[in-house]
Amino acid sequence: MQNPILEVRDLSVHYRGAPAPAVNKVSFTLGRERLGIVGESGSGKSTVGRALMRLLPTADITASRARFEDVDLLTASEREMLKVRGARMSMILQDPKFSLNPIRRCGDQVAEAYRTHVKCSRAVARAQAIAMLEAVQIRDADRVYALYPHEVSGGMGQRIMIAMMLLTNPDLVIADEPTSALDVTVRLQVLKILDDLVAERGIGLIMISHDLNLVRNFCDRVLIMYAGRVVETLKADELDLAQHPYTRGLIAAQPRIGGSRAPLPVLERDPAWLKETGL
Amino acid sequence: MAPIHRRQFGRFVEQAGSIFITLFGLLILTFVIGRIMPNDPVRAIVGEDATREVYENVYRQLGFDRPVWEQFLLYLRDVVQFDFGTAIRTGQPVLTDILHVLPATIELATFAILVGAGLGIPLGVAAAIKKDRWQDQLIRVFSLMGHSMPIFWTGMIGLLIFYAGLGWVGGSGRMSQFYIGLVPERTNFLLIDSALAGAWEVFWSALNHIVLPASLLGYSSAAYITRMTRSFMLDQINQEYVTTARVKGLSANQTVWRHAFGNIRVQLVTIVALAYGSLLEGAVLIETVFAWPGFGQYLTSNLLIGDMNAVMTCVLIVGVIFIALNLISDLLYRIFDPRTR
Repeated sequence: MQNPILEVRDLSVHYRGAPAPAVNKVSFTLGRERLGIVGESGSGKSTVGRALMRLLPTADITASRARFEDVDLLTASEREMLKVRGARMSMILQDPKFSLNPIRRCGDQVAEAYRTHVKCSRAVARAQAIAMLEAVQIRDADRVYALYPHEVSGGMGQRIMIAMMLLTNPDLVIADEPTSALDVTVRLQVLKILDDLVAERGIGLIMISHDLNLVRNFCDRVLIMYAGRVVETLKADELDLAQHPYTRGLIAAQPRIGGSRAPLPVLERDPAWLKETGL
Repeated sequence: MAPIHRRQFGRFVEQAGSIFITLFGLLILTFVIGRIMPNDPVRAIVGEDATREVYENVYRQLGFDRPVWEQFLLYLRDVVQFDFGTAIRTGQPVLTDILHVLPATIELATFAILVGAGLGIPLGVAAAIKKDRWQDQLIRVFSLMGHSMPIFWTGMIGLLIFYAGLGWVGGSGRMSQFYIGLVPERTNFLLIDSALAGAWEVFWSALNHIVLPASLLGYSSAAYITRMTRSFMLDQINQEYVTTARVKGLSANQTVWRHAFGNIRVQLVTIVALAYGSLLEGAVLIETVFAWPGFGQYLTSNLLIGDMNAVMTCVLIVGVIFIALNLISDLLYRIFDPRTR
């Protein structure tokens, strides 16, 4: 792959006080593409995202290589990270109900993302924020700017979140379950907006999800994680050709509309999976 | 917009109604206190040696021969006219006494709460940021000390060190003996009166005298405020919006002060208002140690001699203070949290 944005080799994350590492020797590279990370709850997929942002104060992060463009994520100082976070690498969090500050106006929170990295007047930041709110297809952006988070719907909140995280034109966006808190009806709409913007601006995207169909449709490649390890890496459109029994089990456990009504197979876990080194 | 106005008006009416009911309940309470206290208000006035005739005269004058509900109505009438009777010890109307002692206490309590909140809030936030590190431990020890040292003891030690030893501050009383009676009493707030009169020496003397007792009181309430602030802040630091702010590229400090702090203001208002209220109730111990002619001393001394007029009025005033603080807190909630508007 030419010009990878992100190169990670043997990333391990160990929460202090926990018996086993949350993430164990995960390796991948990312170009200007969309990479899905799929796994069940507790498989370490969100931890990967937060470790890359260096937002895990209570964990030890190790890797033989963790390079984001020209930044070595392992050795960069906090001061250097402040220039990376939000400007070149950002993260969309799961639920706008919790991820927006309840007592500040939505628009101001979006504008703050801009003002943190660009020296400019309030008016300029405001104009930028409003333009970005329009880019995530919020009609009436002026009105929405002045609303508080409790006054907007979930779908609207998540579009505000996307606007906030894409406003500075980052090269890498980590979307941590960006639609799992949303209504099914607005889920696709929000994903489409994110997808279009990512494609249009050539942003590298890491989509963390537990939804196989979602990553199948919106990603180029998929990492399957189990118990902190990557057990398999696949092209998204070849997901059905998965070899690993865990991936096959996940796929088999999905209900299908119009499918048979027989109980879905239960995933059988093999302790041997934990010993393999995934790739 | 009309509907919003109607809503606000409705809220206003609701609030006024609840204040009215609370006040009425308070009046019943003070009245009952005056009647069931195990002492004889008549005897307190006429003294031990009075004849039966005198006693009964006073008994009738005070209206004790009438039915209870009529007594209550009479009490209500007096209260509405701000007539709280005469204090036995001073021979002055209770209201006059209160107008002297309450400002002294308000001055002390306000100074103390400024110290308490000014010290407690930043320390609490710092402790939360540095949770479990040495800074946190140090702050914990500091606040535990403030919590556990009795105020009359710190008062005496404080006087010993800063007044007798170092001579940095004034001793007991509200100002140096030399200045008493020099400044015209307008508000009875000594700092305000002396400033109004342009008597800066008196002002400095008053400031010099208030610093020590107020700081000690402030320290003991800072202990409580620190611990509460720390736990409020820890709750907020684990919220997702704090992560959002960090993802945007704000530093840990910026995140705490610009985002998390805003969300604990409502809780802080509640505990600071309560702490202020209990300071206003009168810090009898510190007032005694510093010979501070304040509300707490007034209430206690009158309780001891059984002057019911004074005691009932004091209780009433404490109640009104708490109602007022609640009102102010409510107002601040609405300013600080858009969700309550």
